Amino acid sequence: MFFQQFINGLTVGSVYALIALGYTMVYGILELINFAHGEIYMLGAYLGIIFFGFFTLTGLTSYSLSLSLALTIILSTAFCSAYGMTVERIAYRPLRNAPRLSPLISAIGMSIFLQNYVMLTQGATDKVFPHIFSTGGFTLFGATATHLQTVIILFSLVLMVSLHLFIRRTRMGKAMRATAQDRIMASLVGINVDTVIIVTFVIGSGLAAVAGIMVAMYYGLVNYSIGYMAGIKAFTAAVLGGIGSIPGAMFGGILLGLVESLGAGYISTEYKDAYAFMVLIVILLIRPSGIFKKSAEEKV
Amino acid sequence: MHILEVRDITKHFSGIKAVEDVSFRVKEGAVASIIGPNGAGKTTLFNCLTGLTKPTKGSIFLSGNNISGLAPHRIVGFGIARTFQNIRLFREMTVLENVLVSQHLRIRSGMVGAVIRGREFIREEREIRDRAFEYLELVGLEDAADLPSLNLPYGDQRRLEIARALATEPKILLLDEPTAGMNPQETLGIMEIIKRLQGLGKTVIFIEHDMRVVMGISEAIIVLDHGVKIAEGSPDSIKNDPLVIEAYIGRNIFA
Repeated sequence: MFFQQFINGLTVGSVYALIALGYTMVYGILELINFAHGEIYMLGAYLGIIFFGFFTLTGLTSYSLSLSLALTIILSTAFCSAYGMTVERIAYRPLRNAPRLSPLISAIGMSIFLQNYVMLTQGATDKVFPHIFSTGGFTLFGATATHLQTVIILFSLVLMVSLHLFIRRTRMGKAMRATAQDRIMASLVGINVDTVIIVTFVIGSGLAAVAGIMVAMYYGLVNYSIGYMAGIKAFTAAVLGGIGSIPGAMFGGILLGLVESLGAGYISTEYKDAYAFMVLIVILLIRPSGIFKKSAEEKV
Repeated sequence: MHILEVRDITKHFSGIKAVEDVSFRVKEGAVASIIGPNGAGKTTLFNCLTGLTKPTKGSIFLSGNNISGLAPHRIVGFGIARTFQNIRLFREMTVLENVLVSQHLRIRSGMVGAVIRGREFIREEREIRDRAFEYLELVGLEDAADLPSLNLPYGDQRRLEIARALATEPKILLLDEPTAGMNPQETLGIMEIIKRLQGLGKTVIFIEHDMRVVMGISEAIIVLDHGVKIAEGSPDSIKNDPLVIEAYIGRNIFA
């Protein structure tokens, strides 16, 4: 059972990690907790269903399943990035220099707006993502990793490694690190901070979109309120790893998924959601700044 | 030829007149200093020049272009760079990275280049690195390139700030109290660096309290008091200006 729960936890954890990255990147740069981020993930799940449905209707799915899946992911990611950019533009940028509470409230407002927007346009009932992966899989130590689980874990891993290389190796990545460390100084060495912030939202929202589609495929059901719990879990993951830290968000997400899954397997599924927060409380008591942050360093 | 022309710059903060109708011009390649008692508006003036605050009114011309009210990163593009009174390094980066990140603006190849890592990209990357080392050498930090910037001694952190400002390839460098908190030996080092910057054809404008530095290297001095320019001229004329002495009343600053 351990290995089975481990694989399940790794799957869910990868998804948490992808969402957590969006929280942690935005926090790193703006010191803002983007409460609308869970909603972007939810939009990603819906967009996945919409685009995949469209390709099924037009016959592309029966022609090539992998092509229509790839197109679904690309289009949903692009749309979610556009949503993320728009949220930043209308809800956060006008409040860039306002007291810290104002953008926070604006973020909560955005979250409520997006939930209701989806509920009104898509209905309050669950939407179904068709089963497209065969039920088979690899057997390892007596546990089975389904094809879908393998895809989710590997694809998340690829995205996380790419993000890491982007931040470490590219000039935009360097500009992002500089902006996270000192926004004003970054502008004074010639970095266009607005561009950096937009790129941050585009990347974060894109990752959330991928997470949304993968969850839609994994559970098969989507509704307008899924962003709330996923958002809180991913936020917990980000805090667990040390908010603002990118490796922290990856690690925190996976740890959270494992704790939930193993807790559900060995103790009880009833308290599945509680384990995550128990771990958070314990970590915050021992290491208040999260696992990957050195100390509670004052941000200048 | 004047590289910088400041016309009637005024900055009010909700009724407080931090800077009031200040005008001055600085010659290309000159070393000029801005002095004045605490609260005279020197740093606010620097903030206006670099775009950190929008002037309430007035205009700033850099080589004939009006740059007042532009975003900071655009002004950097026109050729003004600065350092801060309280050091603001990218603390989680190495010494070299601090300089590299400032060359961001002057780089041609973009994202695609970074991913493909073609010959052109690698050549440019090497050029940037070489230039970064030149800047570090100029301030005497070439041996510290790979240290975390956080680990540098205080005086070296100030030097690194200058190297980083220089890496944006400015025409004008604004140094806000470059010798603050330094011992006489380190102060001499900074004066030497300012001379070298001038040798490279840069125009340097600095805010300073240490009159030995001010009198020692500036060709022109601008004196502010309560946000107003009260005097401007050569070190000798400033030394004997009654208004300046009045502003610094009770303190013989030229001793």
